[in-house]
Amino acid sequence: MSDIKFSPEELSRYSRHIIIPEFNLEGQKKLKAAKVLVIGSGGLGSPLLLYLAAAGVGTIGIVDFDTIDDSNLQRQILFTTDDVGKLKASTAAERIKALNPFIQVNVHNTHLTSQNALEIIKDYDVVADGTDNFPTRYLVNDACVLLDKVNVYASIYRFEGQLSVFNLPLPDGRRGPNYRDLFPEPPPPGLVPSCAEGGVLGVLPGILGSLQAAEVIKVISKVGEPLSGKLFTIDVADFQTRTLKIHKQESTKIEKLIDYELFCGLKNENMSSEVKEITVGQLAEWIESGKDFQLIDVREPHEYEIAEIGGLLIPLAQVIENADKISQEKPVVIHCRSGVRSAKAIRELQELHGWDHLYNLKGGILAWADEIDQLVTKY
Amino acid sequence: MATIIIPTPLRKFTGNQSTFKVNDAGTISEAIHSLTDQYTDLKKHVIDEEGKIRSFVRLYLGDEDVSALDQKAETRIKESDVISIVPAIAGGKI
Repeated sequence: MSDIKFSPEELSRYSRHIIIPEFNLEGQKKLKAAKVLVIGSGGLGSPLLLYLAAAGVGTIGIVDFDTIDDSNLQRQILFTTDDVGKLKASTAAERIKALNPFIQVNVHNTHLTSQNALEIIKDYDVVADGTDNFPTRYLVNDACVLLDKVNVYASIYRFEGQLSVFNLPLPDGRRGPNYRDLFPEPPPPGLVPSCAEGGVLGVLPGILGSLQAAEVIKVISKVGEPLSGKLFTIDVADFQTRTLKIHKQESTKIEKLIDYELFCGLKNENMSSEVKEITVGQLAEWIESGKDFQLIDVREPHEYEIAEIGGLLIPLAQVIENADKISQEKPVVIHCRSGVRSAKAIRELQELHGWDHLYNLKGGILAWADEIDQLVTKY
Repeated sequence: MATIIIPTPLRKFTGNQSTFKVNDAGTISEAIHSLTDQYTDLKKHVIDEEGKIRSFVRLYLGDEDVSALDQKAETRIKESDVISIVPAIAGGKI
């Protein structure tokens, strides 16, 4: 740490850290020497990146492949209305470099995959997981375990958040519990509602992402006691908070990265042959040509109010009991927001009734809004 | 009466109830079954075909993982006990 030096401008900037007795200049030097990778620059990543940059973490990496959308602005406070349509990772990098020009920011404008995760993560000391899906959660966890990196984790749903520090080096040389010690396997797709069905209170990732930033700073500075072996949960609706114990499980074995889409049940070898698909372009042609078919929407009623492209509304959970409303005489196109729920509905109907006249609208309403009718709201 | 806390993602199976009061405090397992007997749609999200707790859900008695207790789900509960069902949440897209 002796080779870490600060300019007078930096000392002035970080003075409120430096005057904390237990943090002091040593803590600030550790932050400057540290390399932190933030995976996902969305709801959790926004406060994380802003606070880590403001705090003076010397090198910050940002992984995100996505572009900024109107529906992000309710919680992703890194971005402004003018940023809609731009790449998240590079826009976030500009924003935090403007906040603190004394730090190095690395942009990884890519999907994190089993092929690139080890290569990207290996150069960092600490990882902060602010992703939004199960396959990437398990990928980040497993890669951190394989590379001996600390994984500061937070997750959100509606009014509820979870926080933990995984894979922390312990005094006895072992590592603290990781995500798989808590949840060995992900829920099957469709069991836990997606954000489109579930939603999230905009300020919730602000709270959890800020707590995540605090844990990252504690891990680096070695001040305080990181949330290792514990799961903090908060429900802001009734302000219930809990700190639950996480134990290492003998059964947890992570030896290499795997296919996480397969692991999370989002694909299987014969999935594409299982569910017949129709593109939004083909659907537009069917409508144009007056073809006789039935259109079914398996989203929730409140989603129907936001955006709709027609069709009989039968929410996914009620599809089986309402199967008598689905035509057996003509082709049936089933759609939802992105095509995941409608594929699930088709699979359930096919398994139960052996039908083969059902078509999944590929990409759902989002694809329809992109390619056919831009007046349809994307959400 | 012991209390079971229902997490947000599972409340759609309990008519939006966030807690469930267990009348006859027996074991943790009995408490969970009285919950899933009342809300039958909830059962498959918490318990598998073999009657075991699913791998994407954890049960807690107070702040302790039920699987780390000596008697596990057969542990007897007191009236003041709080059982939490903690599900895996990913934070957005599936």
